[in-house]
Amino acid sequence: MPTISREEVARLAGLARIDLTDSELTRLAGELDIIVQAVATVSAVATDDVPATSHPMPLSNVLREDAASEPLPVLDALAAAPATEGGRFAVPQILEED
Amino acid sequence: MSTAPDLVDYDDAVARYDPVIGIEVHVELGTVSKMFDGAPTVFGAPPNTQVTPVSLGLPGSLPVVNRTAVESAILIGLALNCQIAEVCRFARKNYFYPDVPKNFQISQYDEPIAFDGWVDVELEDGTVLRVEIERAHMEEDAGKNTHVGGATGRIHGAEYSLVDYNRAGIPLVEIVTRPIAGVGERAPEVARAYVQTLRDIFRGLGVSEARMERGNVRADVNLSLRPSPDAPLGTRTETKNVNSFRSVERAVRYEICRQAAVLDAGVTVIQETRHWHEDTGTTTSGRVKSDAEDYRYFPEPDLVPLAPSREWVEELRARLPEMPVVRWHRLQTEWGYSDPEMRDVVNAGAVELIETTVAAGATPAAARKWWMGELARTANTEGVDLGALSVTPEQIGELQRLVDSGRLNDQLARQVLAGVLAGEGSPQEVAAARGLGVVSDDGALLAAVDEALAAQPDVAAKVRAGNLGPVGSIIGAVMKATRGQADAGRVRELVIERINQG
Amino acid sequence: MSDLIRRSAADLATALQSGEVSSVEVTQAHLDRIAAVDGLVHAFLHVCTDEALAVARDVDARRSAGEELHPLAGVPIAVKDVVVTKGIPSTAGSKILQGWIPPYDATLVERLKAAGMPILGKTNMDEFAMGSSTEHSAYGNTHNPWDLDRIPGGSGGGSAAAVAAFEAPLAIGTDTGGSIRQPAAVTGTVGTKPTYGGVSRYGLIALASSLDQAGPVSRTVLDAALLHEVIGGHDPRDSTSLTDPLPDLVGAARLGATGDLTGVRIGVVHELNGEGYQAGVRARFEEALDLLRGAGAEVVEVGCPHFVHALAAYYLILPSEASSNLARFDGMRYGLRVEPSDGPVTAERVMGATRGAGFGDEVKRRIILGTYALSAGYYDAYYGSAQKVRTLVQRDFAAAFDQADVLVSPTAPTTAFRLGEKLDDPMAMYLNDVATIPANLAGVPGLSLPSGLDQGLPVGFQVLAPARADDRLYRVGAALEMLLEQQWGGPLLAQAPELEVTA
Repeated sequence: MPTISREEVARLAGLARIDLTDSELTRLAGELDIIVQAVATVSAVATDDVPATSHPMPLSNVLREDAASEPLPVLDALAAAPATEGGRFAVPQILEED
Repeated sequence: MSTAPDLVDYDDAVARYDPVIGIEVHVELGTVSKMFDGAPTVFGAPPNTQVTPVSLGLPGSLPVVNRTAVESAILIGLALNCQIAEVCRFARKNYFYPDVPKNFQISQYDEPIAFDGWVDVELEDGTVLRVEIERAHMEEDAGKNTHVGGATGRIHGAEYSLVDYNRAGIPLVEIVTRPIAGVGERAPEVARAYVQTLRDIFRGLGVSEARMERGNVRADVNLSLRPSPDAPLGTRTETKNVNSFRSVERAVRYEICRQAAVLDAGVTVIQETRHWHEDTGTTTSGRVKSDAEDYRYFPEPDLVPLAPSREWVEELRARLPEMPVVRWHRLQTEWGYSDPEMRDVVNAGAVELIETTVAAGATPAAARKWWMGELARTANTEGVDLGALSVTPEQIGELQRLVDSGRLNDQLARQVLAGVLAGEGSPQEVAAARGLGVVSDDGALLAAVDEALAAQPDVAAKVRAGNLGPVGSIIGAVMKATRGQADAGRVRELVIERINQG
Repeated sequence: MSDLIRRSAADLATALQSGEVSSVEVTQAHLDRIAAVDGLVHAFLHVCTDEALAVARDVDARRSAGEELHPLAGVPIAVKDVVVTKGIPSTAGSKILQGWIPPYDATLVERLKAAGMPILGKTNMDEFAMGSSTEHSAYGNTHNPWDLDRIPGGSGGGSAAAVAAFEAPLAIGTDTGGSIRQPAAVTGTVGTKPTYGGVSRYGLIALASSLDQAGPVSRTVLDAALLHEVIGGHDPRDSTSLTDPLPDLVGAARLGATGDLTGVRIGVVHELNGEGYQAGVRARFEEALDLLRGAGAEVVEVGCPHFVHALAAYYLILPSEASSNLARFDGMRYGLRVEPSDGPVTAERVMGATRGAGFGDEVKRRIILGTYALSAGYYDAYYGSAQKVRTLVQRDFAAAFDQADVLVSPTAPTTAFRLGEKLDDPMAMYLNDVATIPANLAGVPGLSLPSGLDQGLPVGFQVLAPARADDRLYRVGAALEMLLEQQWGGPLLAQAPELEVTA
């Protein structure tokens, strides 16, 4: 039984904001299904008594003092932008408001 | 725009439905650098001049946590009677939006720095209500979009948008209440008073300027209705970015009326985000909360856990100032102000100013008279805060001492104050430079009195006949002749003395 | 071929210090080599001729003025394109960053510049470091100098091939699951993945933040130690950077080169050998163990039972973190912007079109996989479980390091395979990293050095040490290198076929 359907890949591509062609959707569904089945084995060994490790080195409380540093010159900040206007980044119309 | 929805009359709505509110308040901390790097935070700077590779989310950049922001978050937690986490982490909230430079926001998810607290909120009539706090967590602000083109300048109809990332990365603390139930028709007032209380706490702690008009404090208001207090909670809506106290109150009121109409129509309320419109006092439908809203939170791998030591927390607790409400009660008693008087003082942001003025030698009554009278009018005319006027509380204290010692009367004192505000120096200096001072030399005054009596013989006659009514016009003439520098009380005495002699 | 390009970085440093050669000569020799052979190898995406020569001239001038310089001053270096370089294009092998010129330097680049090391150029790589063959670069394949029809490993195939083809004496790589060590193994070069946090990640275009680590690529163990010391050490701009001072790495390499390993306990990881490993790879591994025994080391077998789950955990953690790290490439602020072919041009749709056109297949595959693993409802089963496996792998390492000072294994299960051979089978490609991944999950350091040939292709030998004990890699690595080179009568790369000069 496939774990990842074509529809699921389409939903995930939407979440990840990647336009996929029909053939990509089909191909990815097949590939991801194999990969997911292979990696799903982790849940078998990850029992409740095992704590999760998110950082390889156990550090904590890494803080910096509240001091301002030199900002980027505005021209550098904008230099790579596909479009700018009046010192701002110009982007296509935003339909969904968060 | 769709047609305006039906609204149920407010009194009718709250008579038949029990509102439950929940409020999320975001406060921008007043740090000099951003949450996760040294980019400066100067308000009102030209666009994209307060950015670094980190706040622009450039490839390769990494975050490092601002110590002062953490301390501010802990202080807020402590002021709200929260537990401070022994260990907590930052998490990534993943969503695509042009003003979020990394397309994820560094926030906290299941491990907030502060949780399980409460705050007492005082309502207009003195009722104190305890609001339970679920959590307070740290996160970073987003940039600002300006929508260009289209008729309204609003998001819909805009042809494109311009993004300024100066605000991106400014530290925020988000404070989330537990559901506030059982307040019935007072829900709007409670919501407003709660946000106001938080604002005062932020200022009292010195963690933020907490200026509503600058968006330093922003509220999201959740509201649901249920048929009775015993019924399960209804479906809620979340009205975003309500950025003034008055709007908080209005937004809750509006949603109560709107949701009541929806329920009356037998329709279920849609769980959604709604947008507040200050101009119309209404909310409109935004994004529907659905399964598609999947933020894929996971622990921020570029940051390490935060484990505030108990020593650090206690050190911060010792730094906690007296809570605003407690302090105001103490000061009100000390100063002998009525409830409305004290409320006006608090709302005008004049508590500290009056406190310092009193410390500088003015009576509380005199201090209040200056700050809530003459100075409040000046500030209002100039459209600035009281604290921004170019006069210090110490100078007001000095001015009042000049009045108390009889060297200035009220009218002269106002002239001296005008000089101080104009930057001419201290009250003493202005009085000296402008030659303002009460003339207490009887000889000089008597000459003026005689002159006034001679100029108004009919008035003098009436007074002589025992009718003291018109004496004021004689006094007025003397005051005018002495350019206001006479002590009006003494003038009156001299006028009566002179007439009786005559 | 100029002799200069055949010399190790340590030799060049000595020659520069003594005034035997100038940095301009050394740098120019390498630029000439790049011009001559990179048409075949395609190790470089961008060559910084003017910048490199300017730095070389400056170093020469400072040296002749008697200024005290860093020991490696004037020795040129190649930098993987995933590292951000101010004013020099940095694409991470992706079309989505084509032409992006960063306004800042990575910390490690600042350190290379401070040491006076001319940067020759940026090296090719699998797009965003996702791959084991460099075939996932948006800018074409890099070819293995040992056999141009074969892969140079990945993701850092460009850095390894550049060093193997004598286009650079040193290079910078990054290693998320083996991207320094596996290319080193298949190109007959040396590469180190330092302890996590040992080299700043500030300015590395992130793949998986909790796994990424930059490190040295070279032709000798000593050279790797020298470069590791230049780039390593605390950086306050990286919250995960270790504050501990670096151990004496160069000293450890020099000690190892005496060939004496008396009292050193070497653990052979049972799970990283045997089935799935090419026969010739196993044979070279066993022969190396014999040499180590001969040098006085005690060789023991250790079991790391959870390593069999490391690959699965890795292919959940990496895509999850990558899906978030790569979200910023959306066409709004920098890089490629693609408008949808039809329909309204909205920010949301432009993001989708840009990412659809700008990312390659492997990147899309992993982003979708990571999005799935983090998605509500799957988090605990996938990402959460993978983080638990990580704990188990760490415990295995801790137990193994109780029994041994270092652990060893073949670096990769096979020698270099043919270009295209595994391109259509993602799982087969992923298996190349089976021996290198555990170190990334646990944050421990690892080094690969050449241990011989199998049918004319290099085989790699991996040494793993406990966190913060990177010096042990260099001691054991240098000892084995010395013993092997005695047998071979010189470096392994001397046996590599001569490349045809095309320019």
